[in-house]
This record gives sequence, structure tokens and C-alpha cells, in this order.
Amino acid sequence: MAFNSAAIEEFQDIWVFCEQRDGKLMNTDFELISEGRKLADKRGCKLVGVLLGDNVQGIAKELGGYGADKVIVCEDPALKVYTTDAYTKVLCEVAMDKKPEVILIGASNIGRDLGPRCAARLHTGLTADCTHLDIDMNGYLTYLKEGSTIDVDSVKWNMEDVNLKMTRPAFGGHLMATIICPRFRPCMSTVRPGVMKKAEFNQAKADACEIEIVKPTVSDADIEAKVLEVVKEAKEQVDLIGADVIVSVGRGINKDVEKGIELAQQLADAFGGGVVGSSRALVDAGVITADHQVGQTGKTVHPKVYVALGISGAIQHKAGMQDSELIIAVNKNETAPIFDVADYGICGDLFKVVPMMIDAINAAKASK
Amino acid sequence: MKIFVCVKQVPDTSGKVAVDENGILIRSSMPTIINPDDMNAMEAALQLKDETGCKVIAVTMGPAPAEGMLRELIAMGADEGILISAREFGGSDTFATSQIIAAAINHVGVEKDDMIFCGRQAIDGDTAQVGPQIAEKLGLPQITYAAEIKKEGNEVTVKRMLEDGYMTIKTHTPCLITCIKELNAPRYMSVPGIFECYNKPLTVLDFEALKDEPLIELDTIGLKGSPTNIFKSFTPPQKGVGVMLEGADKATAADLADRLLKKHVI
Amino acid sequence: MDFVIDREHQLLRKMYREFAENEVKPLAAEVDEEERFPEETVKKMAKLGMLGIYFPKEYGGAGSDVLGYVMAVEEMSKVCGTTGVILSAHTSLCAAPIFENGTEEQKQKYLPKLCSGEWLGAFGLTEPGAGTDAQGQQTVAVLDESGENYILNGSKIFITNAGYADVFVVIAVTGTVINKRGRKEKEISAFIVERTDPGFSIGKHEKKMGIRGSSTCELVFEDCVIPKDRMLGKKGKGFQLAMKTLDGGRIGIAAQALGIAEGAIDETVKYTKERMQFGKRISQFQNTQFQLADMQAKTQAAQYLVYAAACKKQNHEPYSADAAMAKLFAAETASDVTRRCLQLFGGYGYTREYPIERMMRDAKITEIYEGTSEVQRMVISGHMGVK
Repeated sequence: MAFNSAAIEEFQDIWVFCEQRDGKLMNTDFELISEGRKLADKRGCKLVGVLLGDNVQGIAKELGGYGADKVIVCEDPALKVYTTDAYTKVLCEVAMDKKPEVILIGASNIGRDLGPRCAARLHTGLTADCTHLDIDMNGYLTYLKEGSTIDVDSVKWNMEDVNLKMTRPAFGGHLMATIICPRFRPCMSTVRPGVMKKAEFNQAKADACEIEIVKPTVSDADIEAKVLEVVKEAKEQVDLIGADVIVSVGRGINKDVEKGIELAQQLADAFGGGVVGSSRALVDAGVITADHQVGQTGKTVHPKVYVALGISGAIQHKAGMQDSELIIAVNKNETAPIFDVADYGICGDLFKVVPMMIDAINAAKASK
Repeated sequence: MKIFVCVKQVPDTSGKVAVDENGILIRSSMPTIINPDDMNAMEAALQLKDETGCKVIAVTMGPAPAEGMLRELIAMGADEGILISAREFGGSDTFATSQIIAAAINHVGVEKDDMIFCGRQAIDGDTAQVGPQIAEKLGLPQITYAAEIKKEGNEVTVKRMLEDGYMTIKTHTPCLITCIKELNAPRYMSVPGIFECYNKPLTVLDFEALKDEPLIELDTIGLKGSPTNIFKSFTPPQKGVGVMLEGADKATAADLADRLLKKHVI
Repeated sequence: MDFVIDREHQLLRKMYREFAENEVKPLAAEVDEEERFPEETVKKMAKLGMLGIYFPKEYGGAGSDVLGYVMAVEEMSKVCGTTGVILSAHTSLCAAPIFENGTEEQKQKYLPKLCSGEWLGAFGLTEPGAGTDAQGQQTVAVLDESGENYILNGSKIFITNAGYADVFVVIAVTGTVINKRGRKEKEISAFIVERTDPGFSIGKHEKKMGIRGSSTCELVFEDCVIPKDRMLGKKGKGFQLAMKTLDGGRIGIAAQALGIAEGAIDETVKYTKERMQFGKRISQFQNTQFQLADMQAKTQAAQYLVYAAACKKQNHEPYSADAAMAKLFAAETASDVTRRCLQLFGGYGYTREYPIERMMRDAKITEIYEGTSEVQRMVISGHMGVK
């Protein structure tokens, strides 16, 4: 029977496309499997991981440890390295054959290449870079009560709605939008890395995870955009997502960029070690590399301590850091919006204030 | 040889915005700009034009005032503009948008040595989906996140960025490439360009012009036809106001350190 | 007297602003501090067609108009007075007199390269003993024995762009004539001198109070030999050429002054909204509000004068008095506005941490060069028939 994305009753189960690079699973895979588990439980369906690669069967069961009931493994030498053409062909053919209700894909550079191409081929909608997912209405309304300004109880809702509700920031975080895809299946979403919480690994579940081998019909001849080489950049990428302390710098350091970044690092060190983040303005100005960027188009972080130095707090920046456990802001402008989200604010010149903060923190630690 | 550059006029989300009493964004409060990544796509195309003399066509879908943006791109060096504009197209999601833009490009015709350049993503939606979806609809190979583009004859080699490095990818024309900021520094409009831009061709493609194109499915375009719909939109609540520490001297710093110590942060 | 900011000029303004903000402003403090000529900026302006804005395309120009040109000087000067004057001196004082007075051969030889920025231009009138009083000229040009070359001897001072220019329009004495009243008078002619001409050299580099990045030097002619076809305009018409050139140049300097005033207001508005005193933003004080309102009104009036003069020049209407009024008013506005803005900044304004002291220093020169404010008053009153 031909594939018909509008025959929605024929589709079931929740799939997670599990990205691997060099035969290693990505952290995002575990985050998505963990989140997918919750959705599958609410929906009363199976959670299936889909793993494409060459010789990757051995790593599949680990996904079970985070909640996958089953992993579909597609192995072929043509799938060793990610290519748009081969991966799209295989993922779409398997999906057309087995008809999942939902496909979740990590919003990595690869996921955001694969997702839209597959959605177009499967003739269905795709929602990009989601930060929150619900499938049942009760869960969604609980989320709205905490995460929105909507008076949830005064609105009439259709409590029977079982469309995947995919919530994502829009307009640089000024607005949140919940998107559904009611007329076509599978319902597809790419999910922002670092947002979904990874579950505890469970070895027994990993052992019990079912592996289904699907032999893909793919060859090098299917690949029009060929990968000549894959290079791991030697340059050290800043691990913003894993950091407990982030000291971010913004336009306020423009007067002396090098000194500003140095002070930020010193302050992070005073907190017991951390990394330097930045606002988009500095990345756009070429002052600091994009891997430092916190915010809507950069990373979403929730460290224990977030210090914003000379960052005015454009909403697109706040969107990426306002869930930090403790926020300290230093800015010359007392009306800077960053102070609206800060637990502690100091209005002053960061070049003068930061060295005093470093001294005071060191002194306080010494007095313990 | 010609290069289609897909561009979008977007609200400048980096500046201040106004929100009405219901928490709904007032779009008109945001000045519009040319989507930044699209400027890199245009620059990439113009560099190839400088080298080869190829034709560069700026393509956008949007309301009539988007003509102003196309004129600016022509003043930068594009040869002509195509404005896809129709009420029937309004409210399209990425699936619908890519279908319409693909149909418009197809309407002009993609030849063997042509290319399509897009920005990686637009800052209003940040989806990064329209580029790959146009490629799929047109059946062309795609390369996303391009940080370097080299073209020799019909072969195109691209440095495609990953989070932890890059890939070198080779394909052939016609193909679609999405461009990132690292690719280049977009040029400015030039004075002579500005004085010519209103004399260069600008085609408006409306619903009538595209409705019979084979790539158009009438039931998946526009607000009603788009596969994805907005279920609910809302503004996130603001966090409670914290403490402003008075002064910016040693006592202030000590006060802060003391509070952090009591909270066991340090 | 009317001018229209049409869609092309709106786009020009947008482009100039983006360019000034991204390319010129970040260098402004450094260019001032190090007294460094911003060569890289000149190259970038050239690429965008900004070095030949109002000259026709057939001579390599951008085909825009005088208004499009003054807007460029204005927008550059908003962020960097040095960049504004480099553009103004090149366009108004070198390319313009060649375009307006040159033979077809001269235009073909010089304008394409001046417009493309391959060559930068300058103008040599002022001498140690002759500033505003052009009759005091000491530099002489005499035909050599062959009758094929002029030999120049003498020197020029305070020449903007001198250290980096390739082409100079130079005023020199070519003999004596009897004027209408029967008195002996110097016959003055104009020449085009190239940087590589034998006997020509660049002398002392001036250290200045403001516009410190512009290259202001002495020109030295020691038996400098130039072919006779380098004479610009008719023999003996050099004084009129110089005066007409300065009329045009004054519009450029008026635009520079206007830009400096606008830039100072922009910085001050921003600063007064940030700076807190007595628990208030200083923009909340009525003194700040009234001061800035006065400044804005004066600056806008200056803008109208400058644009009107530009449009008269464009339309080939007499504009000498208009240019003088625009320059007088804009220059005095720039000095007044920058001084008052600095006062609103207070102590911070006096430091080099903020650009306002630089703007105040830059503003002063606009009351002096290309005719002092007193000379502008002479021109204006002359046109009024007040003798």
C-alpha cells in the first residue's frame, strides 16, 4: 500500500532518531529517549530508537537503559558517515514501512539537516528546535500553568487532544509557540540539545531492549553530496552546557575586549572554575567564537551560577539563561533588562567592579 | 549560470520590543531587517558573480513592502528580484513555504549549472528548515551550514560545519547550499548600485502565476493548508525581581561575597 | 530652495550609516589618538563608489548627485570628523575642479582614477603668507625655454590629504596683469600636479588639535617640472577657479560640521539616558532636555541650509552665498553643540573614554578652513550688497 501521511489512524509508536558520530551515541540521544519514554507512557505506545550507521548494533542496547523498548538498527557501509541523501532515504523508507506516530530528532547540525528533508519527503509537518513536548492535555496544562502567563483555568480546552504539542521559542524568545501537526503523520520535531533531562541509566532495561535489524536498500550511488572527509576541530570547544559556573560577557567589554574576557575567566575561577559565555553581540562582532554564545540562537544553559557582565539582557539572551539557579548581573546602565532576571545586580563599570568581586570572593572563601 | 538566493525580511529580534497588555508581541514595534544569514548567502553568490559573471536572482516570499529589501539586494549587486506575494500564501509554515518557493524557482527554471543559496535560518523562526525542504521539493542535493564554498565547473566543494569540527562535502550543480555567518562578510550596497536598483527587473509572482505549477498542492499552502498549526502562543512569565546591591565599591563586592557564602554558592 | 529625500537617498543614508557604524566608528578613537590616516577606510569607501559620488558614470563616477555626496560626508563625520574631511577634500577640492574646469583629456586621465580611489586628491591654495587672501600667493609657475613645461617654485601649507594624495590641484602665480583700475596684479592660474612629478615633495606634517588623522602637510615645489597641458582652466583664471572650488568645498565642510553636531547629540542623548545623578537619569532634568532641544533645532536648521546649498549646486543655480551661509551656520553650530554636549557629559566628557572631547576638537576646524567664519560673513554680506 502506498504511503499516505494523511491516514493518521495507521500510525503508532514514538520514534527517536538516534544520531551517532564515529560509532558513538550522542548525549542528545539519551535526552530524547528519556523524554520519549515519558511521552510513550502517556500515549500508551512503544518507544523506538532508530539507529543508522555501519557496525553500530553493539551500541544500540544502551538506548534501552534510558527507556527505549526497541531499537531499529539499519547498518550499511554507505551509512558509516552521515550524508543527507543516504540517511534521508533509509529513515524515510523505514518510516514509510512502519508508520510511526511521532519522530523526534536531536536538533544538532546533522539533525537539522536530516529532519526537514525527511519531513518534506514524508509529506508531513516538522517543528524545529523544540524545548518542551507534551502529548496529553493534563501534562500540557500543568506546563502552561508554570511556564506561561495564560490563565489556564479560564480557557476551555479540548482535553481529548492527543496531538504531540511541540513548544518552542519564536521571535528570539519574545514569544513561545506550541505547534501541532493534526492532519499528517508522522508528527516530527527536532529537539534542542541540553534541554530535556536525561533519565537514570538502567542496566536491566538495557539488557531487555529489543533490537530489530532492518537491512536498508542503500548504496554509495544514492549519495549525490559525498563526504570527502570529516575533521574534528582541534580547537577546544567551550562546554557551556556542562558548566556549573558561567561568566558571560557582552557589549560592555568593548572598551577592552581582551581584558574583559580575562576578567570573566578570573571571576569564573574565583567561583571554583567555570567557563566564559557571551552575548550574541560579541559573537556577531567576531570578538569571540560562536561556541561561547548563550541565548536563543546560542546555547540554553542552566548552571548553578550565571554572571552577566556588561550584557544588557536582550530577550534573546535571557531566553538562554534565565533558568540558571543564581544570576548575578553587572551593568553600567541601571535600567538594563538583565537586572529584571538577576538575583543580584550591581550597577557599575565591570572593569572596576569585577576585580573587587574577585578579591571579595577570595577573601570570603578564605574566611570560611 | 545563475544563482537563486532565497532571502527573508525579518523583524530585528535583537532590539527592544513591545508587548501588549495580553502579552502578545507587537510586531510593528520591531524594525525589519534582511535576515542576517541570508546576507551571507547573497555575498557568497555575489562573490561567484564577481568571478564568473553569473546572474544572481534574489527570491523572497512576503508582503508587498518586501520589495524594498529586494531593491537593497539589487543595490548590493543582485541582477534581479522575485517577490512571491499573495494572500493565499500568507501564514504558510516551512513545508508550505518551501513548496511555494520551490515552485517559483521551478517557474523560472533551474538549469544544469545553477545553484540555490539560502541562509542557514531566519532569526524570527530559527527553523533552518526551508532550505533543505526546497532542495527536497526540487530533487536537488543539499549542503547545509556552509562555511566555505568552492565551485569548479559543475563540481561544488563545501566545508560544512559540525558542532565539533567540519565535513568536506562534494556535490554537483544544480544544488542547494545553506550559508552561515562564518562564510563571509556581506558587502554594503554601493552608491552606483543604489542609483540603479530601481531600474533593474523585479518580478512579482502572485497566486495566479504559481497555482498551476506542478509543485504546488493547493491543500497544503497558506495558513489553512500548512501541515503544522499554532496550537497556542504565549509569553513566558518574567522571573521575580532580585536585589540591586547599592554602590559599586569594595563594600558592595564584600556584601555580594557574603550573600553568596551564606547561600553556599562559594 | 527645496530638496527631496527620495527613495534612492534614503537607501544611500542607510548604507552610509551602516558603513560608518561598522567600519568608521570603531577606528575613530584610534585614528585620533595615533594621528593615523585611515587608509583602509579610504579603500573601503572607494569600493562602494564613495570617492566619486556625484560625477557621471562616463568618468567612473557613481552617477549620484551633490546631495548624495553631502549625506556621505555628514554620515562619516557623525562618527569620525577625520574621515569626513578626507572625503570632502578629495571630492570637492580635487575631483570637482578637474570635472568642472578640465579639458576632456584631463578629465579622462584623472577622474576615473580619482573616482575609483586608485588616486586620492588634494588642493593646494594656502601659503604661509596667503590664506584667505589669495592675492598674496608666492608660488610661481613659469614656462621653461622649450615652452613645453611649467616650472613651479614655492610652497603650500595646511594641505589636507597631502601625505596620501596622488593628484593635487595647485594654484600658482603665472605673471602679472594690469587690472581694470590700471593697477598691477598677480596673474593666477591653476595646475594639476602629480605626486611623482620631479621637484615636487611633501614637507612638514602638521600636528593638529582636531581631525588628527587627516594628513595635513606642506607641499614643496623646487624647480618642479610639469608639462604645460597640466594647466587647469584658462591661464589667468586660477583665482576664480579657486574661489569657485572653495564655494563647493564649503558645502562639504558644512556637511562635516553638521555631521559632527549630529554625532555629538547622538552620543549625548545616549549618555544622558544612562548617567544617574541624584537618583535620576540626567536626561530627566529639564536643563538636559532644554539644552538638547535647542541643539537639535539648530542642527536641523543647519541640515536644511546644507541640503539646500547642495541642491542649488546640483541644479547649477548660483550657490556661493548659500554655501557660505550653510558653512557659517553649520560650523558655529558644531562648535556650540559639541561644547554644550561636553558640558552635559561633565567630567567623563573631558576624558578620552568618551568621544565627545574629540568631537569638540574636531568641530573647531570647521570654523577655520575653506574660509573662516569671518570670510563667510564677508561673502554673505557681499551678496547682500552691504558694502
